[in-house]
Amino acid sequence: MLIGPLVIFLLMHSAIKNIDAHGKADINKPLPWLIIITIFTPIAVGMMIFGWYAWKGEYDHLPASSEEL
Amino acid sequence: MSSTKGIWKVITASSVGTLIEWYDFYIFGSLSTIIASKFFPSSNPTAALLSTLATFAAGFIVRPFGALVFGRLGDLIGRKYTFLLTLVLMGGSTFLIGCVPAYATIGGWAPVLVLLLRLLQGLALGGEYGGAATYVAEHAPANRRGYFTSWIQTTATLGLFLSLIVILGIRRAVGVEEFTTGNGWRYPFLLSIILVVVSIFIRLRMNESPLFAKLKAEGKTSVNPLKESFGHKANFKMVLIALFGATMGQGVIWYTSQFYAQTFILTKCAVEYEQANTIILIALVAVTPFFVAFGSLSDKIGRKNIILVGLLLGVLLYRPLFKQLYNTADVTQKSIIADETKIDYKAELAKGSMTDSLHTTTVLNFFSDGSRQKIVTTQKIAASGEKLNLEVKKEILLGERSRWIMIGIIALMVLFVTMVYGPIAAYLVELFPTRIRYTSMSLPYHIGNGVFGGLVPFIALLITTIPGTDYLSGLWYPIGVATLSLIIGSLYLTNKIDKTVDD
Repeated sequence: MLIGPLVIFLLMHSAIKNIDAHGKADINKPLPWLIIITIFTPIAVGMMIFGWYAWKGEYDHLPASSEEL
Repeated sequence: MSSTKGIWKVITASSVGTLIEWYDFYIFGSLSTIIASKFFPSSNPTAALLSTLATFAAGFIVRPFGALVFGRLGDLIGRKYTFLLTLVLMGGSTFLIGCVPAYATIGGWAPVLVLLLRLLQGLALGGEYGGAATYVAEHAPANRRGYFTSWIQTTATLGLFLSLIVILGIRRAVGVEEFTTGNGWRYPFLLSIILVVVSIFIRLRMNESPLFAKLKAEGKTSVNPLKESFGHKANFKMVLIALFGATMGQGVIWYTSQFYAQTFILTKCAVEYEQANTIILIALVAVTPFFVAFGSLSDKIGRKNIILVGLLLGVLLYRPLFKQLYNTADVTQKSIIADETKIDYKAELAKGSMTDSLHTTTVLNFFSDGSRQKIVTTQKIAASGEKLNLEVKKEILLGERSRWIMIGIIALMVLFVTMVYGPIAAYLVELFPTRIRYTSMSLPYHIGNGVFGGLVPFIALLITTIPGTDYLSGLWYPIGVATLSLIIGSLYLTNKIDKTVDD
């Protein structure tokens, strides 16, 4: 549950630290960071939701058939 | 399904198409340096921006988006026509990349066109895999679903194999100069059209998946697959478990063992280009049958344990194995034969200059294990005597024993891939009901492989910028992700083999 926000924080922190107008590597360009943070944010939210469900014990019983889905 | 009648036709039709899609996707990656020089000159900032977009957007945004678009289509109109469409899109865009005139000829249109075609490739790839895996699984008998779907799993590796062999073959046939600076690099792209036409012909002759056809005849297909997949809590929970407990870890293992390893031996170990790719080729060929072996084994002992063992081996062994790769090519650990060292010096006018000179020193070192190292130092000197650009290029041609050690290490790492990747199609197929299977399984698969796997080089590079890190530090990203997936998978994945997928 905490990994999701932590990942976003680390990505934002790394982006601020590494974006450099004089740098030539991909990690110095703002565009890759923008793409990565944009795509990773919903994944991090999914990770939080997964953690929340797991915390509440919703995965203790997994569906035995598609009827339960 | 209980009969295996006609299953091989189904597997062939699905696998050949998927293999070609992977081939198409990989040739762009393998030829990215040449493509960049032809279409995305670094001197033009807009072209450089488009180049970055082509690299990052195709894998990270467009692939998962393609999974949603084509997954939905596959659950609405059927598997057969959807993965026929992805094949046409992929083949068409690959062929057209080979036809786009260079930046020098049509200017800014060149990078724009290549970017659009690359995005189409990513979109098509996002829709292909789920369709092929679902199509095969819905034809396969319950007790052999792992075995039959594992043939689809071989295609990602065989696609890489095919792309390498075509690139190396054409490079040899036309010569390195023509391949890199002339039009030779276009042939692998143009060749794609033949492969795609053959594959379309095969797929057109196939019938719709019997389970989907039955569902459609009964009017039970999903009206809104996206809403049912991700809007209904019970199914969304399974999508999350598939992503974080399986495909996330599988993606990084897959990427690290095949692609990161390839880049590592080329850049960090400085192994000569053709030898490095041949090492990868031999390892891939040697280990590919294990996709089928582990897929088949998963029918007997369940999917979960095999996937988790593959993840665990990656977590435990990546660092020592990569270290061994480095040591194998490390000349400081080899005995040099001093008498055989050859030094060649050449001075000439620098290209495009009437005053600056270029001084090239080539040193050839020979080692007792049969390895040979070439160090080329190029120094540009201005007429005033000022020293300008200094470039040092090192490459090593490994001796026979070292070469086989490297092949063995890469093969072992690809073996981890076969463990996590071989049974995963069957696992994903069994997790979701027929009416939303294509949509539900495609998204976690492409986020796992495209996003988590595709980020390996970027995050690895990022880690190495932290002070105190070394050439192995980049591995902490795949190791960390695989560990997390291993923990989640151990706790929450089920090892049960679903008897029916016709629900």
